[in-house]
Formats: sequence, C-alpha cells, structure tokens
Amino acid sequence: MTPLQIVFLFVAAFTLLSALLVVTRPNLVHASLWLIAALAGVAVLFVLLEAGFLAAVQVVIYIGAIAILIIFAVMLTRRVMSDSGPQVNRNWWGAALSALLIFGGLLGLFSQVPAVGSAFPAAIANADGLLEDLGRSLVDVNRYVLPFEVASVLLLAAMIGAIVIARPAAREEGEE
Amino acid sequence: MSDPFGQIGQFFLNLLTGLGVEAGLASFLLKVAGAAALATGCLFSTFFLIWAERKLLARLQDRLGPNRTGPFGMLQTIADFAKLVTKELIFPSGVDRPVFLLAPLLVVMSVVGIWAVVPFAPRFIASDVNVGVLYVVSVGSIGTLGIMLAGWSSNNKYALLGAFRTVAQLVSYEVPMVLVMLVPVMLSGSMGMVAIVEQQRSMWFVVLAPIAFILFYITSLAENGRAPFDLMEAESEIATGYNVEYSGLMFGMFFVAEFLHAFTIGALATTLFLGGWLGPGVDRYPLLGLVYFLGKSAVIWWSIIWVRMSLPRIRIDQMLALNWKFLTPLALGVVVVTAVADKVGPAGTLGRTVVQLVGNGVVLAFTLLALRAYAARLRNRPTLATPPAASTSLGAPAQ
Amino acid sequence: MIPLSWFLILAAALFSIGLYGVLARRNAVAILMGIELMLNAVNLNLVAFWRYVAPGSIAGQAFAVMVFAVAASEAAVGLALILSIYRQRSTVAAEEINLLKW
Repeated sequence: MTPLQIVFLFVAAFTLLSALLVVTRPNLVHASLWLIAALAGVAVLFVLLEAGFLAAVQVVIYIGAIAILIIFAVMLTRRVMSDSGPQVNRNWWGAALSALLIFGGLLGLFSQVPAVGSAFPAAIANADGLLEDLGRSLVDVNRYVLPFEVASVLLLAAMIGAIVIARPAAREEGEE
Repeated sequence: MSDPFGQIGQFFLNLLTGLGVEAGLASFLLKVAGAAALATGCLFSTFFLIWAERKLLARLQDRLGPNRTGPFGMLQTIADFAKLVTKELIFPSGVDRPVFLLAPLLVVMSVVGIWAVVPFAPRFIASDVNVGVLYVVSVGSIGTLGIMLAGWSSNNKYALLGAFRTVAQLVSYEVPMVLVMLVPVMLSGSMGMVAIVEQQRSMWFVVLAPIAFILFYITSLAENGRAPFDLMEAESEIATGYNVEYSGLMFGMFFVAEFLHAFTIGALATTLFLGGWLGPGVDRYPLLGLVYFLGKSAVIWWSIIWVRMSLPRIRIDQMLALNWKFLTPLALGVVVVTAVADKVGPAGTLGRTVVQLVGNGVVLAFTLLALRAYAARLRNRPTLATPPAASTSLGAPAQ
Repeated sequence: MIPLSWFLILAAALFSIGLYGVLARRNAVAILMGIELMLNAVNLNLVAFWRYVAPGSIAGQAFAVMVFAVAASEAAVGLALILSIYRQRSTVAAEEINLLKW
C-alpha cells in the first residue's frame, strides 16, 4: 500500500460518503454543503491525476459559483426556515434499483476496456507545457477552436436566458 | 547564504532522518509543519496589523489611537483577543449549529489559503503551483460561501439580508478582478506566481498596465469589504449584517480574516504588478527580497487604510451599477487592448512599454469620453425642480 | 500505484449515486444537485482516461473544460427556471409541477 494509494482511498471514501449524504439529507442546505464536500473531493482527485489546472477550475466554477447558486436557490425557494414533507418521492426504491443496475452495467463495460488494469503510466512527457498545450489546443484551427467558440456562445445564451427567465414580472409603466 | 530557506529545510530533514524516520515520511512531516508554521505566522501577524491599522486610522482622524495597554498601545490587540476568547459563545435559538460554526472557519481558510502561493523572496514560496493566479481566485471564492452560510444559519432576517447583499457584492466584483488578473498572466506568459515575478525584472507590470493595477486595487477593495465598499459590515446600516449573531471567538475570526485580507491584497498587488521581491541587490542576498516584498506590500496596505478613512460608503445599487456598467467593460477593454498590444508590438523592453502605455492611454481616453457623455446625460435629465416641459438648457433649478 | 480501474469504479459509483438523487428526490433543486454529481463523475472519467491512456494528447483535458462550461450554463438556466416556477406556483416539488401532464 503506497502512500499515494492510501491518500486515494481516503479521498475516494470521503467523496462517496459526501455524495451519499447529498442525495439522502432531507435538509437541503446541509445537502448542498455535502455537495461542496463532494466537489472538493473530486478536485483533490484531479490533483492526484496531475491535472492541476482542472482542479483549480473545478474549485472556481463548481464551488465558487455553482454551489453558491444552488445555496441561493435553496434559500429563495422555501417559505419557512425549515423543511417540510418527505424528501423522497414514491418511487425511491425504483430509483435505487436503477442506480444499482447502472452501476453494475458500467462496471461490466469498464472491464472490457483493454487499458483497465494498467497501473500508473510513465510520467507525462512535457509536464510543464501541459497548460500551454491546453491553451493552444483551444484556439488552434486544426484542433478545438470550434468547440471553444460554441461553448462561449452557449455561455452567452445561458447568461441571457437566465437573466430573462429569473427577472421579476415587468411593471406596467414600461420602465426600460 | 545563497539559499537560506533551502538550507534550513535540509537541516531539519537531516535531523529527522538522523532520528530514524524514513525519508518520504520525514519530508511529508516537514511539509505539514511548514504549512502549519505559515498559517500560524499569518494569524500572529494580524496582532501587529490590527494595532498598526488602528493607530493609522486614529492619526488620520487627528486622534491618538490605542496608547494605554503596553508601550504605544502595542498590546491592545492581545487584550482584545483575550477578551474575545473568554467571551461566551452564544448560540441563538434556532441556529443550525454545524453551519454556524463552519462559516467563520471557511472565511479564515479562504484568506490564509492565499498565502500558500505568495512568493516572499527568491526560492521562498510555500508552493509554486503553475496555476497560482487561478488558485488565488478559487480560494478567494470560498470566503463568499462562508459569509452566505453565516447569514443563513443565524436564523435572523437582518443577517440573511446582509448576507445576500454581501454575496451579491462579492460575486459581482469577482468578475472584473479575475479579468484584470489576466493582464499580468498575459504579460508574463504564465500563471505561476514565481514566473510572474521573474518576468518583471525588465519592467514592473504597473508601468506596463497602470489601468489594470488601479482596477485590481478597486476590485480587491470590494472583495475585502473595505470602505468605500464596506456595506458588508456597516454598523449603521442593517445592524452589521451577516455577523450580527456571532459572539466571542467566532466573531474574532471574521475580524481577523478581514484585517488579514487587507495585507493579503497588498501582497497580491505587489506580486502581480509591483515586481514582488525584485529590487537592487536581491540576487546576491535573497533575504533582501523579503524586505522589499514586505515593504511594497506595506505601502499598498497603508494606502488601503488611507482610502478607508477618506471615502464615504456607497450604496448597494450604486455599487452594483459601478461594477457591471463601468468596471467590467473597462476590464474587458483593458484585457483586449493588452493582448493586442502585446502581440502586435515590438519585443524589446522599451518598445513594449511604449506600446502598452499607448494602449492604456487609448483605453483611458475612451473611458473619459464615456464618463463625460454620462455626466452630460445626468445633468440634462429632468428633475423634480425642472419638469421636462420647462427645463432650461442645463437643467439647473432656477433660484 | 493506483490502477485505472479504481478511478473508473469511483466514477461509476458517483454517477449511480447522482442518478439515484435525480430519480428519487422531490425537490427540484435536489434533483439539480444529483445532476451536478453525475457531471462530476463524467469529468473524473474523462480525466482518468486522459491520464492513463493518452497523456500525450490534450484532448481529454479540453473535453473536460467543455463539460465544465456546459455544466455551468445548465446549472444557471436550471436554477433560473426553478426560481421562476417558484414565483408562479409557490412550490418546487417536482411532482407538483405537472401542468403539461396527461
């Protein structure tokens, strides 16, 4: 058991436990806090996979923006400060069954991937140039400039759409 | 003495392996001990920072400041913290205890975590990740989370309102701050803090991008919640906002985080724009780098206190309008102009400086024209004293 | 060292837990949290495959960046929709938002 494996097992257990608590906690603010813990666990796993940039982006986007959005939505959509009513619907047993089936199916699929048994490959050839390579690949005409531009249009559409949808109802005097 | 901190680290490593600890575990323990020492050092430095800030604030207000406890009042902060530590931790009824306790921890964590990537001197940085700037942004955004949890868990409508306004301010001002932090990244070609400092050997980035520096300063002030953006902790507005239900050491943690954040802004501005630890003679005596770094950070920190004492507080709607209608377009313009000027301009230091200054001048000219047009529109709009039908040419009310 | 299968099992488990959250919860915001867990599992899978199978090509990380962008925009629009529905109908329970049901 190398130290790296111990660290991985610890972080993986923490992430899975947090994810389980997210989907079972009836108190939604606690559930969103456990979601933040799960997201932080995934960020640490990115660091273990030597994708440091993605780990930082994970923290900035997920924890710094999406999680705050979710907490805001939780706080703005409750009438009193405490939860009411059951938090799972009638078909929760069907949901659990399908989750288990999907898990089994995915495991079966993964066992057929030829690379699945491989331990850590050799160190990345140009570890210092990874970030620059990622940046260049996103604007290189022969590589990923098209998905990059489409993603920026998507973000613009989402921003405008969210503002329009979440606006309070328009007032009659026709202000702006 | 070319690498004093490396030598200290090597000494401890040899000590531990001499005692029989295996090398991997010894270096891991040393890293943990180093992180703990850095965090503790930051928190202890707030004792001095708070005292110095109170003295400076007092002098700017033509009074003396703390001068009773200890020589020149230097023990005042220790007395304050002794009081806060011994106060009872009050949990109002209905608060969500784990969240109530977690919130100040998150806020302090977000400020102390920034110090992990600050380069104090050559080869004296806690951790030189190659995405240092992005790490600073990510850790800073955790503080926002802490404040919202503080407001919500207090079971107090004023705290919740204050927390909402605070989070709106913090999240809004993150946008121009991140955009402006792209400027030193572009000028130096790397996101790592050490690389950014090294690239400023020829010319500090404050000369190459003055507007970016001013924008970073303003948006960092807003992120910290300092005047003129101190709506977050306005005692006279909504009962101090999100930390109204906190007492004792939990309140002390919010207090510490805010005062430490001011010096952290100084450290970040120094690293990104003012050349970090660069200065005459720093290659031969690396410890001089520490002196230069602390000196430059202290200058920025002093200017933050000066601004705090000079400007009145601005309202939440004025603040948000300022951010979205002025700072964000300006930051976008600065980023675009810097990128274009960097690519198109010559590569030598003098040529690059001239081209960047010209670009910044163009942005400044457009900004001033836009502000003039806005002011003219404000002057000419109909007010209560001058109904639209009978307005004079300048809209000024008749005497 | 850590075999690839450990990462894949972890990602599959996260995905299944997220799926349970989406299918079993009543509150619309809780459903969105399950969706975020699923997207994170996908990202983890992508980066694990990038690291173990093809570290030379940056395609894995670029794909993960695109997934980040999609997740962010989907969360924003989804939460805006939930807020708007709450204003109209004063509820966010998914089974009560059934105007279009047969």
